[in-house]
Amino acid sequence: MREKILTFIEKNSRIDTQELAVILGVDETAVMNELEAMEQEGIICGYHTLINWDKAGVEKVTALIEVRVTPQRGMGFDKVAERIYNYPEVNSVYLISGGFDLMVTLEGKTLREISQFVSDKLSALDQVLSTKTNFILKKYKDHGTVMAPKAKDERIMMA
Amino acid sequence: MRNPLSKTITTIEPSGIRKFFDIVSEMDDAISLGVGEPDFDTPWHIRDEGIYSLEKGRTFYTSNAGLKELKIEISRYLDRRFGLSYDYNKEMLVTVGGSEAIDIAMRAMLDPQDEVLIPQPSYVSYVPCCVLANGTPVPIELKAENEFRLTAEELEAAITPKTKLLVMPFPNNPTGAVMEKKDLEAVAEVVKKHDLFVLSDEIYAELTYLDNHVSIASIPGMRERTIVINGFSKSHAMTGWRLGYACGPEVIIKQMLKIHQFAIMCAPTTSQYAAVEALRNGDEDVAMMREEYNGRRRYVLERFKEMGLSCFEPFGAFYAFPCIKDLGMTSDEFATKLLQTKKVAVVPGTAFGACGEGFLRISYAYSLDDLRIALDRVAEFVTEIREIKN
Repeated sequence: MREKILTFIEKNSRIDTQELAVILGVDETAVMNELEAMEQEGIICGYHTLINWDKAGVEKVTALIEVRVTPQRGMGFDKVAERIYNYPEVNSVYLISGGFDLMVTLEGKTLREISQFVSDKLSALDQVLSTKTNFILKKYKDHGTVMAPKAKDERIMMA
Repeated sequence: MRNPLSKTITTIEPSGIRKFFDIVSEMDDAISLGVGEPDFDTPWHIRDEGIYSLEKGRTFYTSNAGLKELKIEISRYLDRRFGLSYDYNKEMLVTVGGSEAIDIAMRAMLDPQDEVLIPQPSYVSYVPCCVLANGTPVPIELKAENEFRLTAEELEAAITPKTKLLVMPFPNNPTGAVMEKKDLEAVAEVVKKHDLFVLSDEIYAELTYLDNHVSIASIPGMRERTIVINGFSKSHAMTGWRLGYACGPEVIIKQMLKIHQFAIMCAPTTSQYAAVEALRNGDEDVAMMREEYNGRRRYVLERFKEMGLSCFEPFGAFYAFPCIKDLGMTSDEFATKLLQTKKVAVVPGTAFGACGEGFLRISYAYSLDDLRIALDRVAEFVTEIREIKN
């Protein structure tokens, strides 16, 4: 049941528990208990909203920064990752296989704000060997959702 | 000038489903629960394969019976999903949707005055196809108390010396009814006893929510007297590709192939290449869509329960078939008023046979958000009708 609940709320976290219970064909109390348990266990880590900031008329710049770092004895990459993710402007930090080590996504108001963060804070860390900043120009799809407006239902009553 | 028309065609009524659509398309904020096709787009990898086949210039006819690659995949699929085994060379024909298969099967099997038993409510094309093939359609009225399944007694009662063919429309459009193995076994006994043939329209076979679909052709002694019709429209959300198939005894398929050869040539080539991909790598898509429909199905049923409308639990297709008899209106009146006052389109049960009176076909091939809005309006409507009545 957990996987079914998670699969559903991953796309639609706002559904009310009674409706979710009907859809899954289970008891509402069971759904509520599972949700609570999964929140406690840290399986459900938060409920976020996917926002098209462009449409809201709010200027935002997002950058994907490839970071090469020196791992530390006994801690691997965890310590340096922590130093980076503690900055509130950092959106996500992933350890990556391949040509670099950490992928950092960052949201700022302007290009300047982001480049300042990279030069003053990120590159200034001892363990950081190099960074490569990629700015996002346009979001086509985010978190599995296509940003373009939905096509009109063109089906006709026929069969 | 002489009458240009054949007597036969002028006796056939146009389909009752489309009646409301023209009104719906004129209304700005109307919502429909009337559509009989999936709301999903064809999965991208399948579309991509179609595009790729065009890029490679695969734009010629295929052989009449269909691409060999596709027929091999179909025979593997039928075996893996329903335990049916067909020789792809002699017992299979790829058609322009399941609809073409229905048409040519009737034309290949019927002589004038042969009677065809058609359980109703059911899809709108069996009767016209039968009439066009010079057969005589004989409806069997299925009953809500049997969950719209066909019983051996109902079948027995409809058989005459002229009966030749039984149409088996399960999982059913519009009721959502399914036939379980035990139901099929009972029917099969009667079919064998009276030496009848079966046209089994299994286009909704992938959309069942109780157990895996059972094909009547898998019941002992039935394979040699059954034409199985299936296709990609409902299972893989591929309605517009127009691709189906028929499997059955070589003697029948051989003659169907002649009609297909002269009337159609072959099914669309692009669609056939896309369908190969659908069968090779599409099982997960089908499972995902089934799961999604199942959730909506439970939601819709719950809503009818809240409205106090009786509705048997449909275990197939993507329709619910609630009963509105206690509201003192005909299906047609209900559907018309609902559309006029609440701007929600549904199809009256009578579009699928006279015995559909008192019922509505509600399609849940819509997103949950759409269903919620539409069913809120239906609920308001039902409340208002009840207030007026009391």
